[in-house]
Amino acid sequence: MEYEIWDNHTHLVLTLGETPEACLKESLKFADRLGISRVCLFSGNWKGRYDLTPDEMRASNDMVWRAVKAYPDRAFGYAHLNPKHTLACLDEMNRCIRDGPMVGVKLIAAEHCNRPTLDPIVELAMKLKAPVLQHTWLKITGNLTDESTPMELAELAARHPGATFICGHAGGDWEQGIRAVRPHPNIYADLCGGDPAAGFTEMAVRELGPERVLYGSDVNARSYASQLGKVLGADISESHRRLVLAGNIKRLLKPILDAKGIKI
Amino acid sequence: MTKNKPLDSLGRREFLKTAVAAAAAAGAARLGRSAAAFAAGDATGRLVDVNVNLGRWPLRRVRFDDTAGLASMLKERGVAQAWAGSFECLLHKDMAGANARLASECRREGQGILLPFGSVNPKFPDWVEDLRRCADVHRMPGLRLYPNYHGYRLDDPEFARLLGLAAGRGLIVEIALIMEDERMMHPLLRVQPTDVAPLAGVLKKTPGVRIVLVNALRALRDKALADIVNAGDVSVEISMLDEINGVGNLLSHLPPDRVLFGSYAPLFYFESAALKLRESPLTEAQSRALRFENAHRLLPDAG
Repeated sequence: MEYEIWDNHTHLVLTLGETPEACLKESLKFADRLGISRVCLFSGNWKGRYDLTPDEMRASNDMVWRAVKAYPDRAFGYAHLNPKHTLACLDEMNRCIRDGPMVGVKLIAAEHCNRPTLDPIVELAMKLKAPVLQHTWLKITGNLTDESTPMELAELAARHPGATFICGHAGGDWEQGIRAVRPHPNIYADLCGGDPAAGFTEMAVRELGPERVLYGSDVNARSYASQLGKVLGADISESHRRLVLAGNIKRLLKPILDAKGIKI
Repeated sequence: MTKNKPLDSLGRREFLKTAVAAAAAAGAARLGRSAAAFAAGDATGRLVDVNVNLGRWPLRRVRFDDTAGLASMLKERGVAQAWAGSFECLLHKDMAGANARLASECRREGQGILLPFGSVNPKFPDWVEDLRRCADVHRMPGLRLYPNYHGYRLDDPEFARLLGLAAGRGLIVEIALIMEDERMMHPLLRVQPTDVAPLAGVLKKTPGVRIVLVNALRALRDKALADIVNAGDVSVEISMLDEINGVGNLLSHLPPDRVLFGSYAPLFYFESAALKLRESPLTEAQSRALRFENAHRLLPDAG
């Protein structure tokens, strides 16, 4: 049995090589072993921080740019932004997405995503047909200072019903996160980043519908393997499994890929 | 997709035997069979899973939380033997009752592959009798301890005494360091991870005890992990190992005979552990050691 598998959530693992190109090459070797044909790629924290300056945003995106340019048939880049610097974010979106090779926006833990500073970013993302992947987590141990919750993403999505959002990690505490995004059809749930707890995928498919659930690994915070097991081990139909593994992210990215003339 | 190396002749025979058995058991467990086959790849065969659990997780129903269903699922995925603890042992005060049910369930519904690993809480009155029954009455090959749920540290003198008694009876001792991500615990059931640091000192005073750390590799890494593993006959399993090429990296800095296959099923998807064996490029010898040979060393009749 072969599946087409696209990983919607990977980070450039800088410990894997001397250059961004080498790092992605090495990462893809492990993806290959699991049959993962495409990855969405972005930077992670920057020297242990999420609160990037505009210069650091550009530097981190430059590395992803180099990596995806070397593997255009394997990796789609997302621009990593810090919404505390809204104007710099807009410039960076134009540089990386409108004029560059990138196809999405990645927001990590630099700003609560229900803040008004996000609105211009989302509006430009809509114009560029780019999905917005927002890290979310809901920790009983306490979130980071600027870390978003799935409820905050729901607020943002309600303000922008025409935009496409991906709820990173499905809120971490997925039994709460899935509920939080359930009323908002423009939010997709990203399965990655937490333990491969049984029932996660089944609940997401049951509550959101199979069209709103995406496989992702969160490499290198996690492995390709453990997170893929969430989908391959789930008690869902084969047609739904294929949507989660690749069909949904392909559909989600199709408008911007078409706009850029990228054939898949 | 990159294809893995072919199995050696023994592995191939075992794979075929398992595949035939799995085919005969078709329908026993409801699952995406094609997905399971994809996940198994060449990891099927003579697997020994040292970390499965019977009973219901207190906070969630999951598939395969019935013993017969779990045993069928494991057999279908090529598991020849699984070391089974009981979720009841986390919170039940009648540990003897929980252990008796665990042994009975494994015997009646384990389809010949489930081995019971009962628990003992050394803070309970007359816990030595619980240990005696595990060994003498239920003929268990080992124990699974939950220090953080049972309220003791590994420098507790009663823990050292427990290890000594277990070693004297030839019992393997599995120590679960965590049961779930502490960031996602129920607000009324928050439990700190077990601090494994005192274990090295205890092991020096308890020669001969065989330890398996389960659910250990989320936080225990690098030098701290190597120090513990090298402090005695200490092994780890891979259910909570989670990084790119995780198994390959682990084998690069631990003795090769100390790494075991563990899935933490049914609370974790079994496929997550199985796929780790595909993600990392392992030599045939590494793969065999991890899949079953290292478990055989600890329990010679395993699988």
